[in-house]
Amino acid sequence: MSTTTTIPPRARVQRSKEHILEVVSDSGEGAQKCGQSFGAVSAKMGNGAWTVEIIPAEIQPPPRTPGSASGVRIRIGEREVTNWGDEADLCVAFNEQVLLSRHRLGALKEDATILVENMWATHDDPLVRTAWEKAMEELSGRSYRIVGVPMEEQCLAVTDNPRRGKNMFILGLLAWIYDRDMERVREQIALQFRKKSPEVCSKNIELMELGARWAEANLDFRIEVKAVPATAPMVVMNGNQALGMGAMAAGLDLCAMYPITPATSVSHYLGEVFESVGGIVHQAEDEIAAIGAAIGASYAGKVAFTVTSGPGLALKTEFIGLAVMTETPLVIVDVQRGGPSTGLPTKVEQSDLLAAMFGQPGDAPKVILAPATIEECFHCMVTARRIAESLRCVVLVLSDANLATGVQPFVRPKLDPRWQATPFDPAPVPEGMRPYEWDERLGLSRRFVPGQPGGMFVATGLCHDEGSKVTYAPEVNQRGCEMRSRKIAVFQQTLLPPPVSGPDEGDLLILGWGSTKGAIEEAAERARDEGLKVSSAHLSFLSPLQPGLPDLCRRFRQVMTVEINYSDRADAPFVAAESRRLGQLAYILRGQLLLDVDCWTRVPGEPLRPGRILEAIREKLSKGVAR
Amino acid sequence: MSTDVCSLLGCGIDEEHAYEQSAYEGPLARWCPGCGDHMILAVTQRLLFEEQLRPEQVVFVSGIGCSSRFPHYMKTYGFHGIHGRALPVATGIKLTRPDLHVFAVMGDGDCCSIGAAHWIHAIRYNVDMVAMLLDNNIYGLTKNQTSPTTPQGHPSNTQPRGSYLPALNPLTATLGVTNASFVAQTADWAPGHLHATLEAAYRHKGFAFVRILQRCPVWTPAVFRDAAQDPKRNEILVDAKGIHDADTEKLGGKLVPHDPSDLHAARRLAEDGGAVRLGLFYRDESKPRYDETRHQRAFAAEERIRVLDQEFDRYAV
Ligand SMILES: Cc1ncc(C[n+]2csc(CCOP(=O)(O)OP(=O)(O)O)c2C)c(N)n1
Ligand code: SF4
Ligand SMILES: [Mg+2]
Repeated sequence: MSTTTTIPPRARVQRSKEHILEVVSDSGEGAQKCGQSFGAVSAKMGNGAWTVEIIPAEIQPPPRTPGSASGVRIRIGEREVTNWGDEADLCVAFNEQVLLSRHRLGALKEDATILVENMWATHDDPLVRTAWEKAMEELSGRSYRIVGVPMEEQCLAVTDNPRRGKNMFILGLLAWIYDRDMERVREQIALQFRKKSPEVCSKNIELMELGARWAEANLDFRIEVKAVPATAPMVVMNGNQALGMGAMAAGLDLCAMYPITPATSVSHYLGEVFESVGGIVHQAEDEIAAIGAAIGASYAGKVAFTVTSGPGLALKTEFIGLAVMTETPLVIVDVQRGGPSTGLPTKVEQSDLLAAMFGQPGDAPKVILAPATIEECFHCMVTARRIAESLRCVVLVLSDANLATGVQPFVRPKLDPRWQATPFDPAPVPEGMRPYEWDERLGLSRRFVPGQPGGMFVATGLCHDEGSKVTYAPEVNQRGCEMRSRKIAVFQQTLLPPPVSGPDEGDLLILGWGSTKGAIEEAAERARDEGLKVSSAHLSFLSPLQPGLPDLCRRFRQVMTVEINYSDRADAPFVAAESRRLGQLAYILRGQLLLDVDCWTRVPGEPLRPGRILEAIREKLSKGVAR
Repeated sequence: MSTDVCSLLGCGIDEEHAYEQSAYEGPLARWCPGCGDHMILAVTQRLLFEEQLRPEQVVFVSGIGCSSRFPHYMKTYGFHGIHGRALPVATGIKLTRPDLHVFAVMGDGDCCSIGAAHWIHAIRYNVDMVAMLLDNNIYGLTKNQTSPTTPQGHPSNTQPRGSYLPALNPLTATLGVTNASFVAQTADWAPGHLHATLEAAYRHKGFAFVRILQRCPVWTPAVFRDAAQDPKRNEILVDAKGIHDADTEKLGGKLVPHDPSDLHAARRLAEDGGAVRLGLFYRDESKPRYDETRHQRAFAAEERIRVLDQEFDRYAV
């Protein structure tokens, strides 16, 4: 379907199953827009795609510094792309300083192709020229192929403000390199500028076309990543948008939150649309008040959720215990970032698992689940709401910064009204029924809601009996704990064993959870291609654990978790069996199942690269220790 | 009004049954003998009875403290939560269930110390509820620790040589917050005034903050002794638009005319001046209410799904 441009005879076409490209600029120069449009067009053409933003730490960092690098990485493939990959094959940089930042972070392949704005080489300011020369010297240590592109000079032909138009010029250039369907690129630009005047839109299209023409006349390479248009309708969004949409699909009524990166954009999204389905985004005065309002709303018969990240989860602790104790249905979303403390606010980590599970003083059983893909971010909200309501319990959803900002196409869900919460029934409570009349076997009881005649009771965080009467009798507390725990055990019986990716026996089983799924599966597959007997399984539920794990683990000689949280290397100085601190899932598996599970974990503040996991697999299989 | 209209409007009056006072009375209260909370409870139950509220339409929310046991002694719905956090829970309830009558009951440690952030913001949200501060100038439940409202010099278990700092004034603090809409002070020993005040607070559309001076014979027997035993020492704010209780006004305390729409005068009168002042300091029903502003109509499941489906169009590939 794609319109083929005439390829100049000298342009060599390189065929590839997949390709990783990055577009980086100073913050505010529009590299993100350019990259996202490219990703969207690629997804529309049927390529697998994973897009992730490169975000500077400051809002307005000084321009032309490595710290100001802002942009996007796009990994496109013939098949589904499940993670951000390893090093980039191609990088477009709007100046040499932001390019340096990517170079220094090891984001670029040894032989990456680099397209860089070359006006800085001949800039009037001698300081700029020196900076350019120094940068080129630093970059010369690698075998990059660097191509200068006169971006602004070219754009001057179309606009007086080339700094603002460059990104569309680059979009055109990339469209030519990757042979994108030009009509779709034009549509994408029109979509992006739909709120602006038609002149603005056509000017941007002109800039894009200029970029494509320039590339055609000047570049000697093209890249082909075959696209097979999807048969099912697809949608493309990031994980936080998917969580927000999932909240609407689940029929949640209230999102109570306090701003915190990287969770906030869930509420940005919902702030725009939630009211159109009768929902409310309540920005409370702090995270404590946010969860308090959510609990109040849930107690009053609505189902509410609160969304936060690590520091906010810490503040919510006491209220989580109260929700557990009062058996108030509640969904808590934790979009994890690096910790401890303020940690790495914009970067990914999976360090909140133990805090989620054990963070509340006292016994506070709850359900914890973790979406592994953008698509699961959507569906998990429906699941979470349902569990919370049917068990009268707290459900904690552990997403992370990788999912929050990652953009990936997925099959458009067929929405079902049955996913929605049923509105509470104001019918009188049957005579004599008590608010915590636990079914002895199941630990379940019926939820009474204000407005129901005959149901008047006082929910309390104090130890209480079936009638919610406060009592400190020893057997009552034992029984309350037992009932709140039992319903979780009952729920576990409904879960399925985690599916195994790869053969179901071998030398090494990798266990993971959350956003690392794509990278782990890719690494294991590459290891299998090398002849290693490696499989992986990914846990969707962390509390309670899915069934079948002991059997599964026994079929492999070694088992190892791969996680983005801190653990001591087994061979690190002074580390002994008694002191070695483990990956968080590893702790749980060892403690819960008495399994000899090792771990390989890293906290680089970026998603794990499949290549790095592959190295860990090789090490583990050759030495029994993954470094 | 017919019953149906009443229930539709959520005004909670059920003409079919007349509720007895006992319909609002829970189990026997377990506060100490002589505790001011007993009277506050009785007057509150009386008010609900007079208003003939449907008990299932009423929610009492509290934190932790002696005072926060309040919901247990009512026969309505109740939520006895955690220390300092009654107001966020009450806000969540009223925001999503405007048909319910919401009362938040707090102690002085609860509201003015650990829950102070929520207090300030609840005043500003101006969500329709009655906020009752049962102020005994001490931490009662935990046995005699200094609270923000403990008078300077008053000894406690944590500050045995006397409280170091001047007491926080909950009235001036509340009146200082933008969007405050109802601020009153009353006392457990003036039941008529207490009743009139709670009634006005209940009728007020918005966040009605009532500080109730509450005697704790166990830890702070002296702090309100003079005021309670010699009502002539008290000052009563009077105005046609204010709170009126003939019994209290007859006791010989000085009657101070005060127009409750005058915020500056209210702030001046709320300043500590020796005498205990009871009455309505401030009321303005025109203040925006967050619950009203944010109110959403109910959507049917199919309707929500339809909107969401359109939303997916925006992300279609
Ligand atoms: C988070 C937390 N901190 C401390 C406590 C202990 N505590 C319970 S009640 C209370 C103070 C009670 O004083 P006040 O709020 O004035 O209520 P009163 O008992 O005087 O009515 C304290 C400190 C607690 N329950 N929770
Ligand atoms: S300690 Fe004081 S406040 Fe608490 S119940 Fe006894 S008298 Fe009342
Ligand atoms: Mg007190």
